Amino acid sequence: MSTTTETVPGGATTQVTRRRRAPLSEGAKAERRLGFLLIAPAVVVMVAVTAYPVGYAIWLSLQRYNLELPNAVKFVGFSNYGAVLSSPYWWQALWITVLITIVSVSITLVLGMLLALVMHRTLFGRGTIRTSALIPYGIVTVAAAYGWQYAWTPGQGYLSALFNNSAPLTSQYKAIAVIILAEIWKTTPFMGLLLLAGLSLVPEDLQKAAMVDGATAWQRFFRITVPLMKPAILVAVLFRTLDSFRIFDNIFILTGGNNGTESVSILGWDNLFNALNLGIGSTISILIFICVVIIAAVFIKGFGTAAPGTDIGKR
Amino acid sequence: MAAVTTTPRQKVSWGTINTVVVALALIPVLWMVSLSFKTPGAILDPSFIPASWTWGNYTQILSTSTFIRPLINSIGIGLIATFISVVLASMAAYAVARLRFPGKALLIGMALLIAMFPIIALVTPLFAIERALGLFNTWPGLIIPYVAFGLPLGIYTLSAFFREIPWELEKAAKVDGATPFQAFVKVIAPLAAPGMVTTAILVFLACWNEFLMAISFTSTIAARTAPASLAYLSGSSQFTVPTGPIAAAAVVITIPIIIFVVFFQRRIVAGLTSGAVKG
Repeated sequence: MSTTTETVPGGATTQVTRRRRAPLSEGAKAERRLGFLLIAPAVVVMVAVTAYPVGYAIWLSLQRYNLELPNAVKFVGFSNYGAVLSSPYWWQALWITVLITIVSVSITLVLGMLLALVMHRTLFGRGTIRTSALIPYGIVTVAAAYGWQYAWTPGQGYLSALFNNSAPLTSQYKAIAVIILAEIWKTTPFMGLLLLAGLSLVPEDLQKAAMVDGATAWQRFFRITVPLMKPAILVAVLFRTLDSFRIFDNIFILTGGNNGTESVSILGWDNLFNALNLGIGSTISILIFICVVIIAAVFIKGFGTAAPGTDIGKR
Repeated sequence: MAAVTTTPRQKVSWGTINTVVVALALIPVLWMVSLSFKTPGAILDPSFIPASWTWGNYTQILSTSTFIRPLINSIGIGLIATFISVVLASMAAYAVARLRFPGKALLIGMALLIAMFPIIALVTPLFAIERALGLFNTWPGLIIPYVAFGLPLGIYTLSAFFREIPWELEKAAKVDGATPFQAFVKVIAPLAAPGMVTTAILVFLACWNEFLMAISFTSTIAARTAPASLAYLSGSSQFTVPTGPIAAAAVVITIPIIIFVVFFQRRIVAGLTSGAVKG
């Protein structure tokens, strides 16, 4: 608490300096100083843990660097990138990641919308529904993943028993389906809550007016609700897409990346902790980072998603 | 709403829909609870209700340091990282919500980028850095990155909350003769507290849930957290797959989440959606 106490004098000065003037007044300068001072610790931590390591990863990705051969460290330019980009493992992992992302985000969007509508419209039990929906959101992914793994183990799990003692985790696309199922269960509530926030912004009057004009429920949903919710939908989908692209926990527990279920994150981890190859591991890290930047850019430029929070500065 | 009065039919259909939603959310959790109470013999029976019940799995995991120590690590690392994140994020969010200074959009953009950052991209370089600095397999080795990833969430949520606070009240209190300190403690702090509690819950849940860094930056139970320890419980026994103990451990680490969710449902929903609507 003591940290915030110091801000009180600064808070008082803002009242005086709200008017904009060309040369900075003493008050405005003090406000700037206080602003920088207050954000400094947060910025330092975030830069130290992210920006600096990313720079270091770029440097590592240009080296031949295997922890088992510490004396053979050598600058090799872009040859690690050549090695990764010409490896079928990378493209396989990228394809699996993209597949999981597209399928799970699409289904989550539909189910999340249904969940949001239920939470918004239900006549009773609103609190109970929200509380139960928050449990998959809050649960430790790894704990839930073990539950799914056992549920699909033949002779042991209720889901496997339900489907004729099948062992889906032992074949590639069935295992991916189970991974996607675990992802959907875990992330639908988050999607639902973000969409619920968007739903509550759709004015009830507009719905009523459309109903009076004879619009059906489908028409009202697709012509009024969805267009008005577009910003909320895009932000939720962007969040979910980027989050799904880095999928690790569920795959790690469910299949360990076996049977062709490796995602790019699992591939990077394997190269670091099983192959002990810092050079290749860093190269994969940088390539994943580039993919994420491309996805974000496509959303922001292509779909016109306002980068969430970018308008905060203007407020 | 569709109709002003509710017919019995509507009640039945909403009752059905609500039940389906609650069942879909809870069945996988109940399955884990069921597994955790099954005796080693009953584990190999796929029925949902245990044929024979036992507390054995719980007594087993709660009597070994393989799980207890990671549980303590999880609580300690989570609480410390949450505390630091919320303090630093409050300072930054206050500046974002209340002060005029250049670079605000840059700060928010950076926070957002970090929130969505592919963690694996940091694991390789941070692993190398932590080994060089002696932070590998220590509490600070996890606390520092957890703070860095808690900060964007904290700044984002708190600046949304702080923007809603009627700051004129502070001035009014001063006009009424309160000192700046009194104005802060008696007027502003109570208004800011709910947002800070909500943020703390969200950050703690994120730390509690984190797995990738937890398995990458630890090597022994000195710093390994509870979710990471589950993966090691599975490898510990050579003769049987320790399904029961893992299920019990999974239930134990789920309990705090259920408590948070049941008691703070409204706050968590408000916190998760605060930034998103305005974005």
